[in-house]
Amino acid sequence: MCLAIPARIIELDKDVAVVDAMGNRFKAKTTLLPEAEVGSLVLIHAGFAISLVDEEDAKKTWDLFREISEFDDTPNKISG
Amino acid sequence: MIEAACAKLGRQINVMEVCGTHTVAIFRSGIKSILPEGLKLLSGPGCPVCVTDQSYIDTVLQLAGRDDCIIATYGDMIRVPGKGGSLETKQSKAGVKVVLSSEDALQLARDNPEKKIVFVAVGFETTTPATAVAVMEAAEQGIDNFYILSSHKLVVPAMRALLSAKNNNIDAFLCPGHVSVITGYGVFREIVDDFKRPCVVAGFEAMQIIEGLAEICRQLVAGRPELKSMYSAVVTEQGNTAAQGIVAKCFEPADGYWRGLGKIEKSTLRLREKYSKFDAFKQFNITETPGKEATGCRCGEVLCGLIDPPQCGLFATSCTPDDPVGACMVSTEGACSAWFKYGRKEKREQ
Ligand code: SF4
Repeated sequence: MCLAIPARIIELDKDVAVVDAMGNRFKAKTTLLPEAEVGSLVLIHAGFAISLVDEEDAKKTWDLFREISEFDDTPNKISG
Repeated sequence: MIEAACAKLGRQINVMEVCGTHTVAIFRSGIKSILPEGLKLLSGPGCPVCVTDQSYIDTVLQLAGRDDCIIATYGDMIRVPGKGGSLETKQSKAGVKVVLSSEDALQLARDNPEKKIVFVAVGFETTTPATAVAVMEAAEQGIDNFYILSSHKLVVPAMRALLSAKNNNIDAFLCPGHVSVITGYGVFREIVDDFKRPCVVAGFEAMQIIEGLAEICRQLVAGRPELKSMYSAVVTEQGNTAAQGIVAKCFEPADGYWRGLGKIEKSTLRLREKYSKFDAFKQFNITETPGKEATGCRCGEVLCGLIDPPQCGLFATSCTPDDPVGACMVSTEGACSAWFKYGRKEKREQ
């Protein structure tokens, strides 16, 4: 699945970040997005930040992600 | 706008989406029910699980049966049926681990030095960079029990193959948003130039999809196909060049097999010679042959937009999300699964 989840970078140590998406915190890497910094809102796909994203689009994608999570019952649909 | 365009054109317009997330978003939001009769949405080869060839699935299952291997896979792949079961049925043997990222797969290699870790590397341009980073790290850190079974796919060659088929009925593409984040929307220009089909990148929210469809209709009425991104919040023309760079370092395009579409030139990414010690195809002596679908399964025609899932005789009878026959029913983003969960009311016989 090609969906990427927006998340905010809370901590950053080299290219290892802790990010927050809809209240869930997890680790992600910023190797592919060198310009990311603490506070940046980024799209995370398969454990990597792939682009910066604005607030408004992040909100829309979070809403969609909630719907799709309801829709799906298989765990971690991330590939693609 | 959309209605006026359909009326003006006076024929059926077929728009194909090539992104599993669009497929789900379209069904979920009920967009199909508000579109005029004359506009039909086709789900193309946009779901990574669905397009993965059956022979690849069988290869993974075969490796999962080896005592010296651990298969690391994204969760979507574990239920795809193949020869002798699915990864899920093999999972009990501890030889199959579900991972959330290529980094987790690499960690498995560090934690299990006595085992060979084979990473089931599927997905489109969005996912490939993550695999490439893991390969580079494995090379830098001298990890020698980590293997990539790459079936990473490229979207544009598949679109070209669809349009080159004589029986294709595609008037325009709604292009995938998150693939474009990496590639940039510029990659679709060749489709507009060579095949004269509108290519519009859209986001995933209902309004964004409708705006994308309206833009496509506008172009069709004007008779001027264009490349346009309606997803400017995250998609640029060039895309993520750091990610493109790392992918180009590790991978090169090769001919590859797709479910339903067969062999497509330069459509799959293979590890470069320099990284061949991480290449599971080479290290386990696997040659790729085209796979055969389960009898009666019409995933191939579904993926090409030639039929809607309910036209498959097995749909909702012997093939359901709980007991899938084909890949398009396994994946949440598969057209058959989306039709099953949301679209059955819209069943349209042809
Ligand atoms: S309904 Fe099942 S058997 Fe028929 S095409 Fe879809 S996945 Fe294949």
